[in-house]
Amino acid sequence: MNGQHLQGKLVRLCSPADAESMGKAWSRWSQDMDYYRSLDSDPPRFFSAKFIKDEEEKNQEKVDTGSFFFTVRTVQEDRLIGFTALWEISWPHGEAFVSIGIGEPEYRGRGYGTEAMQLTLEYAFEELNLWRVSLFVFESNLRGIRSYEKCGFVREGVIRQAMRRDGRRWDWYLMGVLRPEWQALQAAQPET
Amino acid sequence: MDVNARMFEGSQIRLAPIDYEKDAEIESRWTHDLDFLRRMGARPGRPLSVAQVKKAYEQLEKDMEKKSVYHFTIRLREDDRLIGFVQIHWIEWSHSTGHVKIGIGDPQDRGHGYGTQAMQLLLNLAFNELNFHHLSASVVEDNPQGLRFLLKLGFVEEVRRRQALLRQGRRLDIIHLGLLQSEWSQS
Repeated sequence: MNGQHLQGKLVRLCSPADAESMGKAWSRWSQDMDYYRSLDSDPPRFFSAKFIKDEEEKNQEKVDTGSFFFTVRTVQEDRLIGFTALWEISWPHGEAFVSIGIGEPEYRGRGYGTEAMQLTLEYAFEELNLWRVSLFVFESNLRGIRSYEKCGFVREGVIRQAMRRDGRRWDWYLMGVLRPEWQALQAAQPET
Repeated sequence: MDVNARMFEGSQIRLAPIDYEKDAEIESRWTHDLDFLRRMGARPGRPLSVAQVKKAYEQLEKDMEKKSVYHFTIRLREDDRLIGFVQIHWIEWSHSTGHVKIGIGDPQDRGHGYGTQAMQLLLNLAFNELNFHHLSASVVEDNPQGLRFLLKLGFVEEVRRRQALLRQGRRLDIIHLGLLQSEWSQS
């Protein structure tokens, strides 16, 4: 083990930033529909940086073992570029759902998100000792699907026509990865 | 054309509101049956007192007020006895989707078609009144009766969430089913 479990070549997983920086970043990212509409099925609403800052202050006071939130920062410039989160954790069954968002557009499609997801899975399986990690992804999010497959996620089914947008219906996929599958992938691709 | 004044009546059962005085004691009894609770979800079963059940009713009715849940008790028409509940939750109004759940508390009340009647009334509400497009439901792989029940109503298997539950040392799949408005036939 390299002693740097939350750090990869491109990114590292960090604590939340101060509420003000989070508010600014979140408010800006949420106006990017490429980002927002890949992340959330809720119709978009724009919240001010101040509103998000206030919410974030409340969040940071809570210690919640039902979810874990990380900011994603670049190794090189220590720049805040996105987040990952493990949520809806079921401790008796060892399952969590995962979400990821790369808010800074110039870091999309270049492996930053994939590495952030890999680090989050390592945390889920080796620190939280979970058995499986699940996610929902919209059929329109091809970049996400490719990235999740690289991380070991398998498509487990299709929730047909679960979303209505832009005048048509879209499927959702449920994807999952089990600890033994993830371990086999690690063994096949040793960390260099 | 008449309005359908019987939309919450089946041949033997009807859908009705919660009765705090009568129902809480019965539901408290159901929460002491771990087999029942395990079919109801992944959360650890927890016996609830009558007072705790009443508190849960209050929260449920707050959620109903926000229209994030539609919850009904199932009662026998002949003597008004509470036998179970049906509900729609995880509603996404902008996408016309929701998730359905049913529980018949006492094993002796199962296998008489009460659940089928209740679910048909709920599906009618969901598709003809709330105008939902897609409904989901889920069942654990060790519950073949539950799976058959949903398949008979027209649901089809959409997802197998592999090994999502750990029960008595065994990993079990959760099967997610779906039913589209266009597939639903009111027979």
